[in-house]
Amino acid sequence: MTGEPSGGRAGDAGVLAGAADGPNGARMARSGKIKVHVASKSNVSLYVVLSAFVLVTVFALVTMDYGKVSFPAAMAAAVEDFVTMMTQPGLGGHFTLPDVIEGLFVSLALALLTTFIGAVIAFVLGLLASCNLSNKGVSNVIKVFMSVARAVPTILWVLVFSVAIGLGPEAAVVGLLFHSVAYLVKAYSESFEEVDAGVLEALRASGASWWQVVFQGVVPEKVNEMLSWTFIRFEINFVNAVAVGAVAGAGGIGYQLFLAGSFYYDINEVGLIVYLCLAVAVVLEVVATKLRKRYIVQR
Amino acid sequence: MTERALRPTGLLAGLRTRRAVPRGSYDGSFFLRRTLAVVAAAIMLVALGALSGTYVGFDFVQAILDVPGGFAWMATQFVPSFSSLQKLDAILPALGSTILASVASSCTAAVLAYICAVLGSRAVGVGGPFPLVVRAIASLFRNIPVVAWAFILLFSFKQSEFTGFFALFLTSFGYLTRCFLESIDEMSAGPVEALRACGASYGQIVAQAVIPMSITSVVSWVLYMIETNIRDATLVGILTGTGIGFVFDVYYKSFRYDVAGLVLLCIILVVIACELVSNFVRRRIL
Repeated sequence: MTGEPSGGRAGDAGVLAGAADGPNGARMARSGKIKVHVASKSNVSLYVVLSAFVLVTVFALVTMDYGKVSFPAAMAAAVEDFVTMMTQPGLGGHFTLPDVIEGLFVSLALALLTTFIGAVIAFVLGLLASCNLSNKGVSNVIKVFMSVARAVPTILWVLVFSVAIGLGPEAAVVGLLFHSVAYLVKAYSESFEEVDAGVLEALRASGASWWQVVFQGVVPEKVNEMLSWTFIRFEINFVNAVAVGAVAGAGGIGYQLFLAGSFYYDINEVGLIVYLCLAVAVVLEVVATKLRKRYIVQR
Repeated sequence: MTERALRPTGLLAGLRTRRAVPRGSYDGSFFLRRTLAVVAAAIMLVALGALSGTYVGFDFVQAILDVPGGFAWMATQFVPSFSSLQKLDAILPALGSTILASVASSCTAAVLAYICAVLGSRAVGVGGPFPLVVRAIASLFRNIPVVAWAFILLFSFKQSEFTGFFALFLTSFGYLTRCFLESIDEMSAGPVEALRACGASYGQIVAQAVIPMSITSVVSWVLYMIETNIRDATLVGILTGTGIGFVFDVYYKSFRYDVAGLVLLCIILVVIACELVSNFVRRRIL
């Protein structure tokens, strides 16, 4: 009800008087023109949202602190740096190629480990969080906890745990786990809820236990979808592992990228590391898109 | 073929002789094969997990034992104390500027991404090399690590709010272009074809068919992007020294965990509020 009231009235009037008004049931304005756009409630809310976006954006851009640098000069320098980074990747003597490749594998292994542990935890929680396999109370409690876990940025989870349990792969994996689990629980439980109720009822009626219902009714139908979601999360986890390595010192190629950029100021080395990350990320992205198209988007 | 001649026994025989069962009769090996496939996949995944665990030196038992301790540490150290409340007047402006930067970067990136997505779409695009070029650019911007963007921008724009905004803008642009491309390509082609048959110009087709049909999913994606950006602003803030991420980093690195906890609490509240608002808006516009 946030829109102007006239919009709602016009819509209602158009609907009520629609058939009687125009020659072929068209909605007519007072001047006799055929109305092409009728303001419905959802249209009015859409305009309100769009104008709010515009207002906030303009306000933000006007009040923003642009620093003391002149904009065109800084922009030119940034573009020049970007071009140098992308066209002249190379080693600057701080890392050797095997170092960097090993860092890449460390990041991949961290992502894989997080995805794997996260998938196991999320499978159990996802079963408990889906309404057709669990009761409403448990499902809601899990959903609330997951949304709180999601509200804390990944990087803060990792920073907090790297102090609480010490720097190392444990802190990185545990910190990355929260968002993985929250994401996968949502994905899994939504796909479990799509399982045909008749199948579950048939299994329950023939005396199947809860685990039998899960493993004979739910899992066989949804295993492809689950694996696709897990792979998509693996892609996200790789990106996160790189970012987390940079800030929390959790190791991997992200940390090397951070050192090359912020300590050695070696733009060629940054370029090389960026290319390695890009190569892995693009391959993962292509596979994830294919999996999503094949198993998740059904139409 | 040689294996069949050897007449394997046991499990393998059960698997191989399924052809011999007459059509329509009960074939018990179906469930056996399915179970074996699932078990094999599970074993492979466990092995892969164990391999990567040993590669990075991840101690599984230690990690499980550490987690409760970590939570206990968090619960005792990260509780905002009374004195930390006085820092609220330093935290709230940073929080405000972070929210504004997130909204502004999502919206400006959305405008640019939408233009690119329409031009590069396979269904309503201008054709030629555009679909490929737009997809490549989107993938490039999305997959270059945000650390690298932060480094390049910090180098030339120095430490200002604009640097954080611009880093968020670049990653959002790549992500939104991909999402918009998908939603435009999934649109039904009928209205576009009808307009084309009527002789509408390209601009008219876009204004009368493409935008009206995709605007709700665009708004939905922008809302999602704002949520994501508020969360990512923390990382970008730590890297570029702007907004709420910088405030957190300062107190975290000077061991003022009570103030850091307060910052954390503020971020949680803002993210949850943002999620509730965008769910409400989504329900209204759909």
